[in-house]
Amino acid sequence: MSALLEIVGVDAGYGDFQALFGIDLGVAEHETVAVIGANGAGKTTLLRMLAGLVEATAGSVRFAGEDLLAVPHHRRVDLGIALVPEGRHLFPSLTVEENLLVGAHARRPGAWDVDRVVDVFPLVGPLLRRPADVLSGGEQQAVAIGRALMANPSLLLLDEVSLGLAPVTVKGLYAALPAIIGEGTTVLIVEQDIGQALSVADRVVCLLEGRISLEGTPADLDRAQITAAYFGAGAA
Amino acid sequence: MTWVNAVVQGVLLGGLFALFATGLSLAFGIMRFVNLAHGDLAVLAAFLAVSTTAALDVNPFVALLVIVPGFAFGGYVLQRHVFARTMGPDPLPSILVTFGLGVVIQNALLEHYSADSQGLDAGSIETGSVRLTDEIAVGWFPLLTLGVAVAVLVALQLVFSRTRAGRAFRATADDPAVARLMGIDDRRVHARIMAIAFATVAVAGVFLGIRQTFGPADGPAALLFGFEAVVIGGLGSLWGTLVGGMVLGVAQTVGNQVDVQYDVLSGTLYGHLIFLAVLALRPQGLLGRRERA
Repeated sequence: MSALLEIVGVDAGYGDFQALFGIDLGVAEHETVAVIGANGAGKTTLLRMLAGLVEATAGSVRFAGEDLLAVPHHRRVDLGIALVPEGRHLFPSLTVEENLLVGAHARRPGAWDVDRVVDVFPLVGPLLRRPADVLSGGEQQAVAIGRALMANPSLLLLDEVSLGLAPVTVKGLYAALPAIIGEGTTVLIVEQDIGQALSVADRVVCLLEGRISLEGTPADLDRAQITAAYFGAGAA
Repeated sequence: MTWVNAVVQGVLLGGLFALFATGLSLAFGIMRFVNLAHGDLAVLAAFLAVSTTAALDVNPFVALLVIVPGFAFGGYVLQRHVFARTMGPDPLPSILVTFGLGVVIQNALLEHYSADSQGLDAGSIETGSVRLTDEIAVGWFPLLTLGVAVAVLVALQLVFSRTRAGRAFRATADDPAVARLMGIDDRRVHARIMAIAFATVAVAGVFLGIRQTFGPADGPAALLFGFEAVVIGGLGSLWGTLVGGMVLGVAQTVGNQVDVQYDVLSGTLYGHLIFLAVLALRPQGLLGRRERA
Protein backbone atom coordinates (compact mmCIF):
# COMPACT_ATOMS: atom_id res chain seq x y z
CA MET A 1 0.00 0.00 0.00
CA SER A 2 1.43 3.35 -0.96
CA ALA A 3 0.88 6.51 1.02
CA LEU A 4 -1.98 8.60 -0.38
CA LEU A 5 -1.59 11.33 2.20
CA GLU A 6 1.56 12.38 4.03
CA ILE A 7 1.31 15.08 6.66
CA VAL A 8 4.69 16.19 8.01
CA GLY A 9 5.21 18.64 10.87
CA VAL A 10 2.03 20.62 10.25
CA ASP A 11 1.02 23.56 12.45
CA ALA A 12 -2.35 25.19 11.86
CA GLY A 13 -4.75 27.49 13.66
CA TYR A 14 -7.09 30.42 13.53
CA GLY A 15 -5.41 33.80 13.75
CA ASP A 16 -3.40 33.92 16.97
CA PHE A 17 -4.83 30.65 18.19
CA GLN A 18 -2.75 27.62 17.23
CA ALA A 19 -4.80 24.41 17.14
CA LEU A 20 -2.33 21.89 15.67
CA PHE A 21 1.33 21.40 16.65
CA GLY A 22 3.74 19.44 14.47
CA ILE A 23 1.29 16.83 13.22
CA ASP A 24 2.89 13.86 11.42
CA LEU A 25 0.42 11.46 9.88
CA GLY A 26 0.49 9.16 6.89
CA VAL A 27 -2.59 7.56 5.39
CA ALA A 28 -2.25 4.70 2.94
CA GLU A 29 -4.48 4.21 -0.06
CA HIS A 30 -7.74 2.33 0.75
CA GLU A 31 -7.09 2.72 4.46
CA THR A 32 -9.75 3.91 6.92
CA VAL A 33 -8.30 6.03 9.68
CA ALA A 34 -10.25 7.37 12.63
CA VAL A 35 -9.10 10.52 14.40
CA ILE A 36 -10.44 10.67 17.92
CA GLY A 37 -9.97 13.13 20.73
CA ALA A 38 -11.78 15.41 23.13
CA ASN A 39 -13.52 18.64 22.18
CA GLY A 40 -10.95 21.17 21.04
CA ALA A 41 -8.20 18.60 20.48
CA GLY A 42 -7.79 19.79 16.87
CA LYS A 43 -9.56 16.99 15.01
CA THR A 44 -11.83 19.24 12.98
CA THR A 45 -8.97 21.66 12.32
CA LEU A 46 -6.97 18.79 10.86
CA LEU A 47 -9.74 17.95 8.37
CA ARG A 48 -10.40 21.60 7.58
CA MET A 49 -6.70 22.11 6.92
CA LEU A 50 -6.75 19.22 4.44
CA ALA A 51 -9.84 20.62 2.70
CA GLY A 52 -8.26 24.07 2.62
CA LEU A 53 -10.65 25.86 4.96
CA VAL A 54 -7.82 26.44 7.45
CA GLU A 55 -4.30 27.38 6.39
CA ALA A 56 -1.31 25.37 7.58
CA THR A 57 1.30 27.73 9.03
CA ALA A 58 4.16 25.23 9.00
CA GLY A 59 4.98 21.79 7.67
CA SER A 60 4.09 20.06 4.44
CA VAL A 61 1.27 17.91 3.11
CA ARG A 62 1.62 15.66 0.12
CA PHE A 63 -1.48 14.14 -1.43
CA ALA A 64 -1.09 11.60 -4.26
CA GLY A 65 2.40 12.97 -4.76
CA GLU A 66 1.32 16.62 -5.02
CA ASP A 67 2.12 19.48 -2.68
CA LEU A 68 -1.37 19.97 -1.29
CA LEU A 69 -0.70 23.24 0.52
CA ALA A 70 0.08 24.94 -2.80
CA VAL A 71 -3.37 24.04 -4.17
CA PRO A 72 -6.12 26.66 -3.64
CA HIS A 73 -8.96 25.15 -1.70
CA HIS A 74 -11.59 25.20 -4.43
CA ARG A 75 -9.18 23.03 -6.49
CA ARG A 76 -8.63 20.38 -3.82
CA VAL A 77 -11.81 18.55 -4.76
CA ASP A 78 -10.37 18.24 -8.28
CA LEU A 79 -7.48 16.31 -6.73
CA GLY A 80 -9.97 14.00 -5.05
CA ILE A 81 -10.45 15.38 -1.53
CA ALA A 82 -14.03 15.77 -0.36
CA LEU A 83 -15.04 16.96 3.11
CA VAL A 84 -18.33 16.30 4.85
CA PRO A 85 -18.26 19.31 7.15
CA GLU A 86 -19.25 19.24 10.78
CA GLY A 87 -22.84 20.45 11.03
CA ARG A 88 -23.71 19.12 7.52
CA HIS A 89 -24.02 22.57 5.87
CA LEU A 90 -26.35 21.64 3.04
CA PHE A 91 -27.34 24.43 0.67
CA PRO A 92 -30.74 25.32 2.17
CA SER A 93 -32.33 26.93 -0.89
CA LEU A 94 -31.49 23.98 -3.14
CA THR A 95 -33.38 20.71 -3.31
CA VAL A 96 -31.77 17.50 -2.09
CA GLU A 97 -31.09 16.44 -5.67
CA GLU A 98 -29.55 19.82 -6.49
CA ASN A 99 -27.34 19.53 -3.41
CA LEU A 100 -26.11 16.19 -4.71
CA LEU A 101 -25.55 17.62 -8.20
CA VAL A 102 -23.55 20.54 -6.82
CA GLY A 103 -21.37 17.92 -5.13
CA ALA A 104 -20.51 16.68 -8.61
CA HIS A 105 -19.53 20.16 -9.77
CA ALA A 106 -15.87 19.22 -10.21
CA ARG A 107 -16.87 16.49 -12.72
CA ARG A 108 -14.44 13.89 -11.46
CA PRO A 109 -15.08 10.56 -13.14
CA GLY A 110 -16.14 7.64 -10.96
CA ALA A 111 -18.88 5.32 -9.83
CA TRP A 112 -20.92 7.80 -7.79
CA ASP A 113 -24.03 9.44 -9.15
CA VAL A 114 -27.47 10.25 -7.72
CA ASP A 115 -28.72 6.68 -8.21
CA ARG A 116 -25.69 5.16 -6.49
CA VAL A 117 -26.10 7.55 -3.53
CA VAL A 118 -29.75 6.51 -3.23
CA ASP A 119 -28.65 2.85 -3.35
CA VAL A 120 -26.33 3.39 -0.41
CA PHE A 121 -28.65 5.75 1.50
CA PRO A 122 -32.16 4.53 0.61
CA LEU A 123 -33.75 7.16 2.87
CA VAL A 124 -32.54 9.86 0.45
CA GLY A 125 -34.61 8.47 -2.44
CA PRO A 126 -38.03 9.90 -1.51
CA LEU A 127 -36.43 13.23 -0.49
CA LEU A 128 -34.80 14.18 -3.80
CA ARG A 129 -37.33 16.89 -4.69
CA ARG A 130 -37.56 18.35 -1.18
CA PRO A 131 -35.81 21.56 -0.19
CA ALA A 132 -32.76 20.68 1.87
CA ASP A 133 -33.75 22.90 4.79
CA VAL A 134 -36.75 20.79 5.84
CA LEU A 135 -34.84 17.55 6.45
CA SER A 136 -34.19 15.90 9.80
CA GLY A 137 -30.62 15.81 11.13
CA GLY A 138 -30.05 12.22 10.03
CA GLU A 139 -31.45 12.90 6.56
CA GLN A 140 -29.24 15.97 6.25
CA GLN A 141 -26.18 13.97 7.25
CA ALA A 142 -26.96 11.28 4.67
CA VAL A 143 -27.35 13.96 1.98
CA ALA A 144 -24.13 15.67 3.12
CA ILE A 145 -22.19 12.41 2.82
CA GLY A 146 -23.87 11.70 -0.52
CA ARG A 147 -22.96 15.18 -1.75
CA ALA A 148 -19.30 14.57 -0.92
CA LEU A 149 -19.39 11.16 -2.62
CA MET A 150 -20.78 12.77 -5.80
CA ALA A 151 -17.29 14.27 -6.25
CA ASN A 152 -15.95 10.70 -6.57
CA PRO A 153 -13.26 11.44 -4.00
CA SER A 154 -10.19 9.30 -3.48
CA LEU A 155 -10.01 10.70 0.07
CA LEU A 156 -13.26 11.24 1.96
CA LEU A 157 -13.06 13.37 5.11
CA LEU A 158 -15.94 12.74 7.52
CA ASP A 159 -16.25 15.26 10.32
CA GLU A 160 -18.38 14.30 13.36
CA VAL A 161 -20.95 12.29 11.48
CA SER A 162 -22.68 11.26 14.72
CA LEU A 163 -22.91 14.73 16.25
CA GLY A 164 -26.40 15.47 17.54
CA LEU A 165 -27.94 12.33 16.03
CA ALA A 166 -29.79 9.44 17.68
CA PRO A 167 -27.69 6.25 18.07
CA VAL A 168 -29.95 4.31 15.71
CA THR A 169 -29.50 6.99 13.04
CA VAL A 170 -25.73 6.94 13.50
CA LYS A 171 -25.74 3.16 13.11
CA GLY A 172 -27.65 3.51 9.85
CA LEU A 173 -25.15 6.03 8.49
CA TYR A 174 -22.15 3.93 9.46
CA ALA A 175 -23.77 0.92 7.79
CA ALA A 176 -23.13 2.68 4.49
CA LEU A 177 -19.40 2.91 5.11
CA PRO A 178 -18.44 -0.56 3.76
CA ALA A 179 -20.06 0.36 0.42
CA ILE A 180 -18.03 3.58 0.34
CA ILE A 181 -14.77 1.85 1.24
CA GLY A 182 -15.66 -0.85 -1.28
CA GLU A 183 -15.37 1.74 -4.05
CA GLY A 184 -11.72 2.10 -3.14
CA THR A 185 -12.16 5.34 -1.26
CA THR A 186 -9.72 6.18 1.49
CA VAL A 187 -11.60 7.50 4.52
CA LEU A 188 -10.45 9.77 7.30
CA ILE A 189 -13.05 9.94 10.06
CA VAL A 190 -13.17 12.40 12.89
CA GLU A 191 -15.40 11.09 15.63
CA GLN A 192 -16.11 11.72 19.29
CA ASP A 193 -17.99 8.44 19.51
CA ILE A 194 -14.97 6.19 20.17
CA GLY A 195 -16.89 2.93 19.97
CA GLN A 196 -18.16 3.81 16.51
CA ALA A 197 -14.70 4.93 15.39
CA LEU A 198 -12.96 1.77 16.61
CA SER A 199 -15.51 -0.47 14.92
CA VAL A 200 -14.88 0.85 11.40
CA ALA A 201 -11.25 2.00 11.40
CA ASP A 202 -8.12 0.14 10.30
CA ARG A 203 -6.10 2.54 12.41
CA VAL A 204 -6.85 5.03 15.17
CA VAL A 205 -5.08 8.31 15.84
CA CYS A 206 -5.81 10.17 19.04
CA LEU A 207 -5.27 13.92 19.30
CA LEU A 208 -4.71 15.72 22.59
CA GLU A 209 -4.42 19.49 22.67
CA GLY A 210 -3.27 19.69 19.06
CA ARG A 211 -0.69 16.88 19.21
CA ILE A 212 -0.89 13.19 18.36
CA SER A 213 -1.01 11.35 21.66
CA LEU A 214 -1.59 7.81 20.45
CA GLU A 215 -1.60 5.85 17.21
CA GLY A 216 -2.32 2.19 16.51
CA THR A 217 -4.73 -0.42 15.22
CA PRO A 218 -7.94 -0.97 17.21
CA ALA A 219 -6.79 -4.52 18.03
CA ASP A 220 -3.52 -3.32 19.57
CA LEU A 221 -5.00 -0.62 21.75
CA ASP A 222 -6.73 -1.23 25.05
CA ARG A 223 -9.30 0.95 26.74
CA ALA A 224 -6.87 2.33 29.35
CA GLN A 225 -4.36 3.46 26.73
CA ILE A 226 -7.09 5.22 24.78
CA THR A 227 -8.50 6.86 27.89
CA ALA A 228 -5.04 8.11 28.82
CA ALA A 229 -4.39 9.46 25.33
CA TYR A 230 -7.87 10.98 25.12
CA PHE A 231 -7.89 12.87 28.40
CA GLY A 232 -4.14 13.29 28.98
CA ALA A 233 -1.81 11.31 31.24
CA GLY A 234 -3.06 12.95 34.43
CA ALA A 235 -6.50 11.41 34.05
CA ALA A 236 -5.25 7.87 33.47
CA MET B 1 -61.42 54.23 -18.99
CA THR B 2 -58.59 56.65 -18.32
CA TRP B 3 -57.94 54.68 -15.12
CA VAL B 4 -57.68 51.39 -16.98
CA ASN B 5 -55.37 53.11 -19.42
CA ALA B 6 -53.21 54.39 -16.56
CA VAL B 7 -52.92 50.88 -15.13
CA VAL B 8 -52.02 49.40 -18.52
CA GLN B 9 -49.36 52.03 -19.12
CA GLY B 10 -48.05 51.49 -15.59
CA VAL B 11 -47.68 47.75 -16.12
CA LEU B 12 -45.75 48.43 -19.32
CA LEU B 13 -43.56 51.01 -17.57
CA GLY B 14 -42.92 48.30 -14.99
CA GLY B 15 -41.02 46.38 -17.65
CA LEU B 16 -38.38 49.11 -17.77
CA PHE B 17 -38.14 49.27 -13.98
CA ALA B 18 -37.78 45.49 -13.86
CA LEU B 19 -34.89 45.67 -16.31
CA PHE B 20 -33.22 48.22 -14.03
CA ALA B 21 -33.91 46.13 -10.97
CA THR B 22 -32.69 42.77 -12.31
CA GLY B 23 -28.99 43.57 -12.01
CA LEU B 24 -29.40 45.09 -8.56
CA SER B 25 -31.41 42.11 -7.41
CA LEU B 26 -28.87 39.61 -8.75
CA ALA B 27 -25.88 41.34 -7.19
CA PHE B 28 -27.64 41.69 -3.87
CA GLY B 29 -29.32 38.29 -3.88
CA ILE B 30 -26.22 36.27 -4.70
CA MET B 31 -23.37 38.28 -3.25
CA ARG B 32 -25.01 40.80 -0.89
CA PHE B 33 -23.41 43.49 -3.01
CA VAL B 34 -25.05 46.91 -3.30
CA ASN B 35 -24.02 48.70 -6.46
CA LEU B 36 -24.74 52.43 -6.13
CA ALA B 37 -23.34 53.08 -9.63
CA HIS B 38 -26.07 50.94 -11.19
CA GLY B 39 -28.14 53.90 -12.41
CA ASP B 40 -25.10 55.74 -13.73
CA LEU B 41 -24.06 52.61 -15.60
CA ALA B 42 -27.48 52.58 -17.28
CA VAL B 43 -27.04 56.21 -18.34
CA LEU B 44 -23.50 55.41 -19.50
CA ALA B 45 -24.95 52.66 -21.70
CA ALA B 46 -27.46 55.13 -23.17
CA PHE B 47 -24.70 57.64 -23.99
CA LEU B 48 -22.53 54.92 -25.50
CA ALA B 49 -25.53 54.01 -27.65
CA VAL B 50 -25.67 57.64 -28.82
CA SER B 51 -22.04 57.44 -29.90
CA THR B 52 -22.40 53.98 -31.43
CA THR B 53 -25.49 54.85 -33.46
CA ALA B 54 -23.74 58.00 -34.73
CA ALA B 55 -20.44 56.28 -35.53
CA LEU B 56 -21.85 53.19 -37.22
CA ASP B 57 -25.06 54.78 -38.48
CA VAL B 58 -27.17 52.01 -36.97
CA ASN B 59 -30.37 51.67 -34.97
CA PRO B 60 -29.97 51.72 -31.14
CA PHE B 61 -31.17 48.10 -31.03
CA VAL B 62 -28.22 47.15 -33.20
CA ALA B 63 -25.93 49.15 -30.91
CA LEU B 64 -27.00 46.78 -28.12
CA LEU B 65 -25.04 44.04 -29.88
CA VAL B 66 -21.86 46.00 -29.14
CA ILE B 67 -22.77 47.57 -25.81
CA VAL B 68 -24.17 44.55 -23.99
CA PRO B 69 -21.10 42.31 -24.48
CA GLY B 70 -18.87 45.26 -23.64
CA PHE B 71 -20.76 45.88 -20.40
CA ALA B 72 -20.69 42.19 -19.49
CA PHE B 73 -16.93 42.15 -19.96
CA GLY B 74 -16.58 45.37 -17.96
CA GLY B 75 -18.68 43.92 -15.14
CA TYR B 76 -16.56 40.78 -15.02
CA VAL B 77 -13.28 42.70 -14.88
CA LEU B 78 -14.55 45.27 -12.35
CA GLN B 79 -15.84 42.55 -10.03
CA ARG B 80 -12.67 40.50 -10.30
CA HIS B 81 -10.25 43.35 -9.73
CA VAL B 82 -12.11 46.10 -7.88
CA PHE B 83 -15.43 45.08 -6.31
CA ALA B 84 -14.05 41.78 -4.96
CA ARG B 85 -11.59 43.73 -2.80
CA THR B 86 -14.42 45.67 -1.20
CA MET B 87 -16.54 42.66 -0.27
CA GLY B 88 -16.64 41.40 3.27
CA PRO B 89 -18.70 41.46 6.42
CA ASP B 90 -18.70 45.26 6.37
CA PRO B 91 -20.93 46.60 3.54
CA LEU B 92 -19.51 50.11 3.73
CA PRO B 93 -16.42 49.70 1.47
CA SER B 94 -18.48 48.41 -1.47
CA ILE B 95 -21.05 51.16 -1.00
CA LEU B 96 -18.33 53.83 -0.98
CA VAL B 97 -16.49 52.39 -3.97
CA THR B 98 -19.61 52.07 -6.13
CA PHE B 99 -20.79 55.51 -5.04
CA GLY B 100 -17.41 56.85 -6.15
CA LEU B 101 -17.65 54.97 -9.44
CA GLY B 102 -21.06 56.60 -9.99
CA VAL B 103 -19.57 60.06 -9.43
CA VAL B 104 -16.73 59.29 -11.83
CA ILE B 105 -19.17 58.13 -14.52
CA GLN B 106 -21.41 61.19 -14.10
CA ASN B 107 -18.49 63.59 -14.41
CA ALA B 108 -16.88 61.76 -17.30
CA LEU B 109 -20.21 61.89 -19.17
CA LEU B 110 -20.57 65.58 -18.35
CA GLU B 111 -17.04 66.25 -19.59
CA HIS B 112 -17.41 64.29 -22.80
CA TYR B 113 -21.05 64.81 -23.80
CA SER B 114 -21.84 68.13 -22.00
CA ALA B 115 -24.90 68.59 -19.79
CA ASP B 116 -27.30 68.69 -22.77
CA SER B 117 -30.10 66.18 -22.82
CA GLN B 118 -29.75 63.50 -25.46
CA GLY B 119 -32.14 61.07 -27.04
CA LEU B 120 -31.95 57.86 -29.01
CA ASP B 121 -33.97 57.50 -32.20
CA ALA B 122 -35.20 53.96 -32.72
CA GLY B 123 -37.41 54.83 -35.68
CA SER B 124 -41.12 54.24 -36.16
CA ILE B 125 -41.43 51.72 -33.32
CA GLU B 126 -41.17 54.63 -30.88
CA THR B 127 -44.45 56.18 -31.97
CA GLY B 128 -46.34 53.18 -33.32
CA SER B 129 -49.09 51.71 -31.21
CA VAL B 130 -51.73 49.04 -31.23
CA ARG B 131 -55.27 50.09 -30.33
CA LEU B 132 -56.90 47.73 -27.83
CA THR B 133 -60.18 49.63 -27.44
CA ASP B 134 -61.38 53.07 -28.53
CA GLU B 135 -59.69 54.68 -25.59
CA ILE B 136 -56.73 52.44 -24.85
CA ALA B 137 -53.74 52.23 -27.13
CA VAL B 138 -50.57 50.39 -26.27
CA GLY B 139 -47.28 51.59 -27.73
CA TRP B 140 -45.17 49.01 -29.50
CA PHE B 141 -42.05 50.19 -27.75
CA PRO B 142 -43.35 49.88 -24.14
CA LEU B 143 -44.73 46.48 -25.15
CA LEU B 144 -41.30 45.49 -26.47
CA THR B 145 -39.66 46.73 -23.26
CA LEU B 146 -41.93 44.58 -21.13
CA GLY B 147 -41.38 41.64 -23.46
CA VAL B 148 -37.60 42.00 -23.21
CA ALA B 149 -37.81 42.25 -19.41
CA VAL B 150 -39.90 39.07 -19.22
CA ALA B 151 -37.56 37.30 -21.66
CA VAL B 152 -34.51 38.29 -19.61
CA LEU B 153 -36.13 37.04 -16.40
CA VAL B 154 -37.28 33.77 -18.00
CA ALA B 155 -33.78 33.20 -19.38
CA LEU B 156 -32.19 33.87 -16.00
CA GLN B 157 -34.74 31.63 -14.28
CA LEU B 158 -33.89 28.77 -16.67
CA VAL B 159 -30.15 29.26 -16.19
CA PHE B 160 -30.52 29.32 -12.42
CA SER B 161 -32.79 26.30 -12.12
CA ARG B 162 -31.63 24.03 -14.91
CA THR B 163 -27.90 24.44 -15.45
CA ARG B 164 -24.74 23.41 -13.63
CA ALA B 165 -23.60 27.04 -13.58
CA GLY B 166 -26.96 28.13 -12.16
CA ARG B 167 -26.77 25.59 -9.35
CA ALA B 168 -23.26 26.84 -8.60
CA PHE B 169 -24.61 30.43 -8.45
CA ARG B 170 -27.31 29.46 -5.96
CA ALA B 171 -24.98 27.29 -3.88
CA THR B 172 -22.55 30.22 -3.67
CA ALA B 173 -25.38 32.50 -2.59
CA ASP B 174 -26.27 30.06 0.20
CA ASP B 175 -22.76 29.41 1.48
CA PRO B 176 -19.61 30.46 -0.42
CA ALA B 177 -17.23 28.55 1.88
CA VAL B 178 -19.05 25.24 1.46
CA ALA B 179 -19.43 25.92 -2.28
CA ARG B 180 -15.64 26.12 -2.45
CA LEU B 181 -15.48 22.60 -0.98
CA MET B 182 -17.48 21.47 -4.01
CA GLY B 183 -14.87 22.98 -6.32
CA ILE B 184 -16.78 26.17 -7.03
CA ASP B 185 -14.59 29.26 -7.26
CA ASP B 186 -16.86 31.84 -5.63
CA ARG B 187 -14.80 34.76 -6.96
CA ARG B 188 -15.43 33.58 -10.50
CA VAL B 189 -19.13 33.05 -9.73
CA HIS B 190 -19.32 36.62 -8.41
CA ALA B 191 -17.61 37.96 -11.53
CA ARG B 192 -20.06 36.09 -13.76
CA ILE B 193 -23.02 37.40 -11.79
CA MET B 194 -21.68 40.93 -12.12
CA ALA B 195 -21.23 40.39 -15.88
CA ILE B 196 -24.91 39.40 -16.14
CA ALA B 197 -25.94 42.36 -13.96
CA PHE B 198 -23.99 44.78 -16.16
CA ALA B 199 -25.43 43.23 -19.33
CA THR B 200 -28.99 43.72 -18.07
CA VAL B 201 -28.36 47.28 -16.95
CA ALA B 202 -26.93 48.07 -20.40
CA VAL B 203 -30.20 46.88 -21.96
CA ALA B 204 -32.15 48.91 -19.42
CA GLY B 205 -30.09 52.03 -20.14
CA VAL B 206 -30.53 51.86 -23.91
CA PHE B 207 -34.27 51.24 -23.55
CA LEU B 208 -34.47 54.21 -21.17
CA GLY B 209 -32.65 56.31 -23.76
CA ILE B 210 -35.13 55.34 -26.47
CA ARG B 211 -38.10 55.99 -24.21
CA GLN B 212 -37.11 59.43 -23.01
CA THR B 213 -34.39 62.07 -23.16
CA PHE B 214 -31.59 61.72 -20.66
CA GLY B 215 -28.64 63.62 -19.23
CA PRO B 216 -25.43 62.75 -17.37
CA ALA B 217 -27.07 63.35 -13.96
CA ASP B 218 -30.04 61.00 -14.47
CA GLY B 219 -28.36 57.92 -13.01
CA PRO B 220 -29.33 58.33 -9.35
CA ALA B 221 -33.03 58.60 -10.23
CA ALA B 222 -32.79 55.39 -12.27
CA LEU B 223 -31.00 53.76 -9.35
CA LEU B 224 -33.77 54.85 -7.00
CA PHE B 225 -36.52 53.35 -9.19
CA GLY B 226 -34.51 50.16 -9.55
CA PHE B 227 -34.06 49.88 -5.79
CA GLU B 228 -37.72 50.59 -5.15
CA ALA B 229 -38.71 47.85 -7.58
CA VAL B 230 -36.33 45.42 -5.89
CA VAL B 231 -37.59 46.23 -2.40
CA ILE B 232 -41.27 46.16 -3.39
CA GLY B 233 -40.86 42.83 -5.18
CA GLY B 234 -38.62 41.24 -2.57
CA LEU B 235 -34.85 41.31 -2.18
CA GLY B 236 -33.15 38.66 -4.26
CA SER B 237 -36.35 37.36 -5.85
CA LEU B 238 -36.11 37.42 -9.65
CA TRP B 239 -39.83 37.43 -10.37
CA GLY B 240 -40.22 39.87 -7.50
CA THR B 241 -38.33 42.43 -9.57
CA LEU B 242 -40.98 42.20 -12.31
CA VAL B 243 -43.85 42.44 -9.82
CA GLY B 244 -42.04 45.28 -8.02
CA GLY B 245 -41.42 47.09 -11.29
CA MET B 246 -45.08 46.78 -12.28
CA VAL B 247 -46.38 47.93 -8.89
CA LEU B 248 -44.04 50.91 -9.03
CA GLY B 249 -45.03 51.68 -12.63
CA VAL B 250 -48.74 51.49 -11.90
CA ALA B 251 -48.31 53.64 -8.78
CA GLN B 252 -46.59 56.28 -10.88
CA THR B 253 -49.01 56.34 -13.81
CA VAL B 254 -52.10 56.13 -11.62
CA GLY B 255 -50.54 58.76 -9.37
CA ASN B 256 -50.17 61.02 -12.38
CA GLN B 257 -53.84 60.47 -13.13
CA VAL B 258 -54.83 61.39 -9.58
CA ASP B 259 -52.85 64.58 -9.67
CA VAL B 260 -53.11 65.72 -13.25
CA GLN B 261 -52.71 69.33 -12.25
CA TYR B 262 -49.16 68.75 -11.00
CA ASP B 263 -46.09 67.90 -13.02
CA VAL B 264 -44.63 64.42 -13.43
CA LEU B 265 -43.09 64.52 -9.95
CA SER B 266 -46.43 63.79 -8.37
CA GLY B 267 -46.53 60.43 -10.11
CA THR B 268 -43.12 59.41 -8.82
CA LEU B 269 -44.23 60.59 -5.39
CA TYR B 270 -46.96 57.93 -5.38
CA GLY B 271 -44.33 55.38 -6.35
CA HIS B 272 -42.24 56.40 -3.37
CA LEU B 273 -45.29 56.15 -1.09
CA ILE B 274 -46.03 52.60 -2.25
CA PHE B 275 -42.36 51.77 -1.70
CA LEU B 276 -42.50 53.11 1.85
CA ALA B 277 -45.75 51.30 2.54
CA VAL B 278 -44.26 47.97 1.42
CA LEU B 279 -41.14 48.62 3.48
CA ALA B 280 -43.27 49.30 6.56
CA LEU B 281 -45.87 46.55 6.17
CA ARG B 282 -44.03 43.77 4.34
CA PRO B 283 -40.29 44.42 4.57
CA GLN B 284 -39.39 41.14 2.86
CA GLY B 285 -41.22 42.39 -0.27
CA LEU B 286 -44.29 41.05 -2.05
CA LEU B 287 -42.61 37.86 -3.27
CA GLY B 288 -39.70 37.79 -0.84
CA ARG B 289 -39.00 35.06 1.64
CA ARG B 290 -38.35 35.96 5.23
CA GLU B 291 -34.65 36.00 6.08
CA ARG B 292 -33.53 32.91 7.90
CA ALA B 293 -31.77 33.51 11.18
